[in-house]
Amino acid sequence: MDRLTRRRFLFASGVTAASALAFGATQVHWTDLFAAAQQNPLRLGQGVLVVVTLYGGNDGLNTVIPAADPAYQKARPDLAYQQNQVLELGEGLGLNPGMTGFKSLWDDGKLAVVRGVGYPNPDHSHFRSMAIWQTASPVTSVPTGWLGRWLDTTGDNPLLAVSVEPVLPPLLAGEHAAAVSLPVSGLTMPAGQLGQAFLALGGAQSGDGPQVARAARSVVDLDNAVRVLGGAVHSSSAPAPTQRPQGALGDQLDLVAELIEAGVPTRAYSVSLGGFDTHADEKATQQRLLTELDKALVPFVQRMHRTERGQQAVVLVYSEFGRRVAANAGDGTDHGTAGPVFLAGNGVKGGFYGEQPSLTDLDAGDLKENTDFRSIYATVLDKVLDTDPGKVLGDYSGRLDQVMA
Amino acid sequence: MATLDEPAAVRRLTDRLGFGAGQLDVAAGFTKTAAALLNPPPDATQTPEPDLGQEIARPGKAAAGTAARKQATQAVAKQELTLATWWLDRMVATTTPLVERMTWFWHGHFATSEQKVRGPRLMQRQNDTFRQQGMADFGVLARSMIVDPAMMVWLDAQQNSVRAPNENLARESMELFLLGIGHYTEDDVKAAARALTGWTVDRDTITARLVPRRHDDTAKTILDSTQNYDAESFVNLVLSQAASPRFVAGRIWFRLVSATPPAPDVLDRLVAAYGAGRDIHALLVALVAEPAFVDSANSLVKQPVEWLVGLLRSLGLRPDQWPATALLAGLRNLGQVPFEPPNVGGWPADVAWLTTSAALARLHLAQAVAARADVSMITTVSAQARPEAARRLLGVESWTDRTTAALGKVADDPRQVLAIAACAPEYVVSR
Repeated sequence: MDRLTRRRFLFASGVTAASALAFGATQVHWTDLFAAAQQNPLRLGQGVLVVVTLYGGNDGLNTVIPAADPAYQKARPDLAYQQNQVLELGEGLGLNPGMTGFKSLWDDGKLAVVRGVGYPNPDHSHFRSMAIWQTASPVTSVPTGWLGRWLDTTGDNPLLAVSVEPVLPPLLAGEHAAAVSLPVSGLTMPAGQLGQAFLALGGAQSGDGPQVARAARSVVDLDNAVRVLGGAVHSSSAPAPTQRPQGALGDQLDLVAELIEAGVPTRAYSVSLGGFDTHADEKATQQRLLTELDKALVPFVQRMHRTERGQQAVVLVYSEFGRRVAANAGDGTDHGTAGPVFLAGNGVKGGFYGEQPSLTDLDAGDLKENTDFRSIYATVLDKVLDTDPGKVLGDYSGRLDQVMA
Repeated sequence: MATLDEPAAVRRLTDRLGFGAGQLDVAAGFTKTAAALLNPPPDATQTPEPDLGQEIARPGKAAAGTAARKQATQAVAKQELTLATWWLDRMVATTTPLVERMTWFWHGHFATSEQKVRGPRLMQRQNDTFRQQGMADFGVLARSMIVDPAMMVWLDAQQNSVRAPNENLARESMELFLLGIGHYTEDDVKAAARALTGWTVDRDTITARLVPRRHDDTAKTILDSTQNYDAESFVNLVLSQAASPRFVAGRIWFRLVSATPPAPDVLDRLVAAYGAGRDIHALLVALVAEPAFVDSANSLVKQPVEWLVGLLRSLGLRPDQWPATALLAGLRNLGQVPFEPPNVGGWPADVAWLTTSAALARLHLAQAVAARADVSMITTVSAQARPEAARRLLGVESWTDRTTAALGKVADDPRQVLAIAACAPEYVVSR
């Protein structure tokens, strides 16, 4: 078996990085592999998952709103939307007025709304609850994210998963592999001897400790990312100093759209929008954020619909928890439990899934979850990423298969 | 356990209790360097706190889009820039690096972001409190933070009234600041929120004030103890829990030693040093004396600010001599700007910083620094000796063969040698 074929084999057969490392495969000339990937881009029929994380705990009850329920109006006198304000979905529920694009997706049968999603014994800490969602491990703490573990199963190819943030979300960290991260402004390697010297910092070296090895690895991954992804991205000028650390969600999704349409072999993307921790003066803030989500995500979904490769993409939107049913004194809400998850894209069957949690049968003021979030992960792992969910979610066996064709 | 040799141990000391060796005389050895860091003479630098001027009056929502609103936004942005540049400059210039290092630690611990506070004067006051109180009795600092104006704005404490409490500050105080997750219940959070009701902020005078009619003046049961708790007695109650000293010592370990938690016996000794006086300085003295402090396994990735400040200290470059926005833009691309932690949990740690986009952003910032640096130490030696000259300049005890080879590729250009050296894995990671 010649070198290139062997590496293709390693790649295709899902040999993990651990065994690859044991055989000294870090010295693999990944260039060959990615050149091959470039000649053999994202195949038609291969699903692409785009995960949108809403940081801070989005108030689900003011997103998918039970405006017709008197208990809702009673619990939030100043925070509630009236029935005539929400965008009606049926079953007494309506979308936040800022989500007009979501409403049109719904009307076209392209938006799935999974209600009451959470996990047993909900944790009200942002960090613990977000860790639970990102690691898909509700009881014990684990160091790997669910897409990181998926990446591990694919044979340690970091380009299969891309984050559009400067810091890697735990979601995308595997035991052996970590996703690459792309700045919204694009990637270009320095030219000439500086670039060569920089790349040489990524070489393998015996005796490296784990952090030093990871630092070196980030340079190699960068080079690979530039080769495969860089050309697909419009490189803009240096960002203005006032620019916020993460690009706006719309910028992030524009980048993702370009990469998908260019046929890069990435199968999972992570983007995010923060600011949902609305303990005070929630109504205007949340509506502004949901409008931003709507204005970023819906054009993305529509754009994806227009190309063959784009039609392979599925979007999943979640937050670490919903919020308390009753408003607090500051016209905000404190940390709660279950909330809605949205799915849109190829193969997603629009409509409601899961039961709307009762507003009167509460658990210490909080909604009771009725759909385990891992059932959604299991379904997208299988149907979008073509991976046996058991490899990522252990012995968890729940599914929400009806949501996808 | 493998123990670092003395030069490597000294470098770790300067990395973890400061921002790298800088101009320190590391040849003095571990014991003397530790003493110099832990018990320095008063700060000798001239970095007086900037006067940010008056609180910027902010036109209401009705004024959105108007010139007055725009003007106010620009005025606040100017204050933000002044403050962040000043702190970076102070970190670089200080002769008491541990004081700034602990100020930086507390900023990440009681993580408060200007992006919501919108009050650089409030952020400055909080920063000064970290500096004045961050190396003594943790109880004093904790009681300051529970009524700190920037913290209160950040965690909605002003919205917390007897009519219906807001849990934000109460929850994060127990989870992230004082006690740690798993040591309290949801009922404790609700009762603690009642104890903290009634405080308001005056932005002009940068003060917090209790408004009795907004305060819940009745008995609360928190952590199995019932009395009429208020802000101060709530903090004291939480600090008296057995889990609190272990939590505080664990957080300091996490940022200064290793992302892997300390062994139980190590933690016991740190807690013993912290003691009834909640003495942070004594805890740091004990930390440095632990054999695990010089365990070679306890490498830690430098946070972007630590990396940049260390680099500038080594090169004798002062941020206040810089176009003010340039360094901050570089840090923004690396994902870390002082006064703007991403959330109340603070910044991520260790390998989370080693992303592909950070690798590129780091190189760009290193190039910008190298362009201004005095590289005569590198220029004046032969091309072959330049990797070694850069090593001495940055205070790294040895280069790997990999780095030596990489530096060889740019040996004809001293500034490129410096930029590449600053991106070397063994400089990016605190060994």
